[in-house]
Amino acid sequence: MPKTTPPWEIRREQIIKKEDATDAKYGCKPQDRSPADYIRNGVINLDKPAGPTSHEVAAWTKKILHLSCIGHGGTLEA
Amino acid sequence: MTGVLPVTLEDSTKIVQALLYSGKEYVCVMRLHGDAPEERIRLILSEFEDAIYQRPPLRSSVKRQIRTRRIYYIDFLETNGRNVLFKVGCEGGTYIRKLCYDIGEILGCGAHMQELRRTRAGPFTEDSNTLVTLHEVAYWFSEWQEKNDAIILRKFIQPMETALALLPKIIVRDSAVDALCHGANLTAPGVLSIDGGITKDSVLAIFTLKGESIALAKAVTSTEEVLKIDHGTVALLQRVVMPRGTYPKVWRSSTRE
Repeated sequence: MPKTTPPWEIRREQIIKKEDATDAKYGCKPQDRSPADYIRNGVINLDKPAGPTSHEVAAWTKKILHLSCIGHGGTLEA
Repeated sequence: MTGVLPVTLEDSTKIVQALLYSGKEYVCVMRLHGDAPEERIRLILSEFEDAIYQRPPLRSSVKRQIRTRRIYYIDFLETNGRNVLFKVGCEGGTYIRKLCYDIGEILGCGAHMQELRRTRAGPFTEDSNTLVTLHEVAYWFSEWQEKNDAIILRKFIQPMETALALLPKIIVRDSAVDALCHGANLTAPGVLSIDGGITKDSVLAIFTLKGESIALAKAVTSTEEVLKIDHGTVALLQRVVMPRGTYPKVWRSSTRE
């Protein structure tokens, strides 16, 4: 059987084209974001419980965290 | 059905499509409607390790037309009477309920999906210590509100860049960032580094030198070509993630006086 490598087993090699410095005045490393920015740019690796739908679980998460917008990656049926 | 369900918060919802198409892994209990020898079950399972054709089930959230999906592997784990436990790695959008039904048809006795747990969605896995339950989310959030310690947030929220970890990436210089935030396509002078193995139409993520995600894009040429050229388009933007004005605007507008 012909097999395809799962995306998570692909090793990628980074090739440098040019060197440059980054200005510390703008942007910031993901781990250094302010709490508000960290939440706004965050993802939760959630363990979905059995019973409710993926949409319901996402909606509850939104309510718990008092957020305005939320999404989920791939419906997992109730 | 339980397991890994990545939930994107506010701005990071823009990268949700990258997760939808990412590969998944499941542990599944399939219930057979008749008896079948283990040898035969193992054989038939291995025959599904390839590109398969699926029509989405009646109750599904997409248009019901036949589409191909890739099964990376099916690992037979054990049987108990008519219950068959297996692990399957597959492309995003594969219906496991349908897969079980089809396996049952080939076996001849019929089968249905009894239990399902997702053990991976793209870079997010079950065994990483990042997986949290809804209760833990509620607990850590109230804990954070009380103590206001940023360390607590990291216990249950990951930066959205984590979600893009499996995509090939291009890192660009500071001066290219704001143009990208405004939706401009990526051109060669902005590229500082690029992952090997990128070909035309590869979906990739564009990052800053600080490791922040800027946008999702589609390559118009290969890694080798990008390393050779000094001008011209490298990737077409698909989704911008970073807000405009995060980095200074250094490009000139064509409508200037």
